[in-house]
Amino acid sequence: MARQETAAQGESTRREALSLELRDDGIACIRIDCPGQSQNTLGRAEMDQASRLLDRLERDESVNGIIFMSGKAGTFIAGADIHMIEACKSAAEASALAGEGQAIFQRIAGFAVPVVAAIDGACLGGGLELALACHARVCTDSDQTRLGQPEVQLGLLPGGGGTQRLPRLIGLPAALDLMLTGKRLRSAQAQRLGLVDDRVPEPILLETALQWVAICQRGRIRRGGGWLQELTAWALRGNPLGRAAVLKQARKQAEARTKGNYPAPARLIECVERGLSEGIEQGLKAEAQAFGELAMTPQARQLINLYFATSAMKKDTGVADPDVEPRALRRVGVLGAGLMGAGISFVTAVRAKVPVRLKDVEPNGLASGLKYINERIDQRLRRQAISRFEAERARHRVTPTLDFSGYRGLDLVIEAVFEDLELKHRMVREVEANCNADVIFASNTSSLPLARIAQAAERPQNVIGLHYFSPVERMPLLEVIAHERTAPEVTATAMAFARAQGKTPIMVRDGAGFYVNRILAPYLNEAVHLLEEGVAIDRIDQALVRFGFPVGPFKLLDEVGIDIIAKVAPVLHEAFGERMRPVSAIERMLEADRLGKKSGRGFYRYGGKRSGKEVDQSIYRLLAVSAQQEMADAAIVERTLILMLNEAARCLDEGVIRQARDGDVGAVFGIGFPPFLGGPFRYMDSRGLDAVASTLAGFESSVGSRYAPAPVVSAMAREPRRFYPG
Amino acid sequence: MRSGAVERIAVIGGLRTPFARQLTAYRDLNPVQLGTLVTNELLTRMELDPKLIERVVFGQVLALPEAPNIAREVVLRAGLDPTTDAYSVTRACATSFQATADIAQAIRLGDIEAGLAGGADTTSVLPIRLSTRLASALLQASKAKTLPKRLAPFRALRPKDLMPRYPAVRDYTTELSMGEIGEQMAQSHGITRAQQDEFALRSHRLAHQAWETGKLDGEVMHAFVGEEHQPIHRDNNIRGDTSLEALAKLKPAFDRRHGTVTAGNSTPLTDGASALVLMKDSRARVLGYEPLGWIRSWAFAAVNPFHDALMGPSYVTPIALERAGLRLEELTLIDIHEAFASQTLANLKYWPDPKFAREQLGRKEPIGEVDWERLNVLGGSIAYGHPFAATGGRMIVQTLRELRRRGGGTALVTACAAGGLGAAMVLEVA
Repeated sequence: MARQETAAQGESTRREALSLELRDDGIACIRIDCPGQSQNTLGRAEMDQASRLLDRLERDESVNGIIFMSGKAGTFIAGADIHMIEACKSAAEASALAGEGQAIFQRIAGFAVPVVAAIDGACLGGGLELALACHARVCTDSDQTRLGQPEVQLGLLPGGGGTQRLPRLIGLPAALDLMLTGKRLRSAQAQRLGLVDDRVPEPILLETALQWVAICQRGRIRRGGGWLQELTAWALRGNPLGRAAVLKQARKQAEARTKGNYPAPARLIECVERGLSEGIEQGLKAEAQAFGELAMTPQARQLINLYFATSAMKKDTGVADPDVEPRALRRVGVLGAGLMGAGISFVTAVRAKVPVRLKDVEPNGLASGLKYINERIDQRLRRQAISRFEAERARHRVTPTLDFSGYRGLDLVIEAVFEDLELKHRMVREVEANCNADVIFASNTSSLPLARIAQAAERPQNVIGLHYFSPVERMPLLEVIAHERTAPEVTATAMAFARAQGKTPIMVRDGAGFYVNRILAPYLNEAVHLLEEGVAIDRIDQALVRFGFPVGPFKLLDEVGIDIIAKVAPVLHEAFGERMRPVSAIERMLEADRLGKKSGRGFYRYGGKRSGKEVDQSIYRLLAVSAQQEMADAAIVERTLILMLNEAARCLDEGVIRQARDGDVGAVFGIGFPPFLGGPFRYMDSRGLDAVASTLAGFESSVGSRYAPAPVVSAMAREPRRFYPG
Repeated sequence: MRSGAVERIAVIGGLRTPFARQLTAYRDLNPVQLGTLVTNELLTRMELDPKLIERVVFGQVLALPEAPNIAREVVLRAGLDPTTDAYSVTRACATSFQATADIAQAIRLGDIEAGLAGGADTTSVLPIRLSTRLASALLQASKAKTLPKRLAPFRALRPKDLMPRYPAVRDYTTELSMGEIGEQMAQSHGITRAQQDEFALRSHRLAHQAWETGKLDGEVMHAFVGEEHQPIHRDNNIRGDTSLEALAKLKPAFDRRHGTVTAGNSTPLTDGASALVLMKDSRARVLGYEPLGWIRSWAFAAVNPFHDALMGPSYVTPIALERAGLRLEELTLIDIHEAFASQTLANLKYWPDPKFAREQLGRKEPIGEVDWERLNVLGGSIAYGHPFAATGGRMIVQTLRELRRRGGGTALVTACAAGGLGAAMVLEVA
């Protein structure tokens, strides 16, 4: 009879995460199953239990092998408990925490009998570090199985020996790539890299792990792939020069990617280097220290804040009443096969796996939409992100149509036609005429207030706004707009559906520009003002990219398209008055047919070898500007960004967004607001509202009234108050 | 199958792809893909709960070797419930008649209440084979253990054994090509070149008119094909502008010296697919589907394949009519498959012939004189083209819809098929 025990039998009535099964064959199975959680995480309690279990197993001479596995189906260990890291008050405390983890993993690595990790599902962060400490790893070939060290995405580094064991197992280049990008490997990739020793179907996972215990018992495991891998491994280990070259390259790349805004990658590389040159003991020491210091950096704090914000938002149904249930959507219609319509169809068919009836009036429009969708499916197929069959199914989920055939019983229709009220009204009427009464009509409006669109509806309670960002398949944010009469059930359905599409939805109140475009507008406007004052286009873009934005404002204008800007700007001007007055440059560019990327010319020149890389110098002549003005990066950032912050504060004050959290996530996911700053509200908090207010006041007197501090900013500066509890 | 008091079998929906000449629009699509395309669109249009479809019978004539049970592949790919039963049939050019009859029969037997029938063929994506001798040598070599033994089987090969074998539209046993049969029938029954060309012209004109007047828009899907997803809606073989002069210029395609059968008065090699959904009439009513029409009877028969191999329609038509309890002159429409103008005209020539009826059919009465006003009123396969396994579906749906436009009635659809086979169905709308 196998014996079942928990780590602390009798000590507590609460079920513990780790349980031990001692099998008749002398193998100890340790199963982790964190109570009350959907995923296993390594927290204080788990580490203490593990430590006690190891004590117990070290003493037990009947034990001749150990297997670590999960007690939850389809997930191994998703990582360390981030709350535990966040709770650390000092670098020393966080370092000590890492040290404790390292010590447990060291004990596993040094165990006298073989220890094997049997992995099914997510094996990330601390979970992978645990697996790395084991003597062998086997994983399932399940689609859920993912292995990775995503710590860097939280501004941290693997603090449980990952920086030491990973390069030793899979080689320096692969290890650095894995740790610096935070990418999550599928089982096949993990096997190819040698990260796991075996990859099997789930039903024989345990059996295979037992076999690996036996293999380990028999002696050393011969690892390594082909001769090429062996050769590189030798070159890097035995050859400090080769190693230095790889590390130097990694540093350069990290520097280019982070623009000096994120300290974690450099520290990570440093720890790897220490370990390789001075041995694992020294490496672990450096790792624990770096982990502690990184955990205290404002960057890590803000990235962790964002992580918690997005996790919390996953539970947001968008409505106050907890009894409101989202409807299941079986079939969806999309009107308009342009870039937006095609993108929406793609995420619906591929991510949400819901059939799409894609309608357009132009056969050629449908053709280019289908091409767009299929190219992206091909891409996923090439990356082996989906199987050949799933790709085929996804293709067939989108059926093109030129009429309303197949529309009667649709559950949701998303219109993605041109931003024109008349046209949107026609869509509302046509959908109401051609579909059943309970169909949800979603408008992908980017600036037209939803209430005005809903005016044409006989059943306005079924009308909702879904504001997607372009390119839809890449931009994670979705603004969900309910107007006053939208039914709560419709809102909850839209929120749930957005998540199924892989989006992070935020609820925003109906109104011109909603949230993201509204805070973006004064920022973009100001960039053009700076240009008119004589600051060079690439100077401005570079300053903001160095600050942490993915692209500069002019590049963004070109991407969005000057014609779109010209449509949106007057709507905002009308709604918000003088501070949103459109810049005259836009009008002149429109006349000159410089629409941005789509027309090949905007602020930058497109086409050819250096497409989009060089400013089209003739723009200065067109706008009668000579780019002579020298302006420091900081000044450029300050002039433009402060307006975005000010407008964000207004949005919160006016209830356009429901809470600062939504505003932060919206700006980061919708605009690419520098994540390490946590979002506009976190950023204002960290600068202090008084500082924000005085900067605005200063520009108000020196530049113009558009800088007038929002009433809420002034009020909060006086009190003083923060957006988040300090 | 004779219909009496038993419940009628309703056709509640049908669709086909545009038909496209060999190596044109569907150059890159295999029959499974074509079949999936049309089935997926049909179900989406009908907004049919896929679970209602209890069985899928699908056909292909030029079978894809890696997917011999095309029906099952279509089920899995077109988003039907994976627990839907599926099998495949082949009956040469009458394949989708057979698929339809199988579903109809299963409904009549009470085996199922609803099913999907269809067929797909391509002449553009074909398995090109090795010669039998080369294939045999390769197989032997793969089983041999030593190098000399592995090489031995290749010694007997001749250079011509290395040539690839293209699939031919030719009977396996009689070794007659369809064109040769068409030519033989023209010669044996005195069908002149002029008659054939005139018939072909009529087919093109009527088919062109059918498109121009929008009659086919509802039964032919828009397909988007190739890398650029080029839209195609109309069948690309129809020549509305052809003339007797143009047809007369063409050289005989099979018997170059004495022949009369040309590329112009034969149906071309074509790619395409069709599908239809059949349901027990009472079930359709409960679910609120308005049937396109009903299948009243069907029959299949075979004739001597060595001579007059495409005379099947003349033999099978009286059986189907008898089972439907109808005479030829009572029919509102007659739709006969046009493999070759010569074949169609040869068949029709004998329908009023008492001697043919007595000696060949063993019947006292001839089938009857065909009223040309009711015959192939929207043209036929010479114009539309003929994806072997999809033509039956085209004819059934097209004829039902035409009956509806004419306010109802009954119709005969009939086709010849390679190997001396014939198929006929009587349809009704009312």
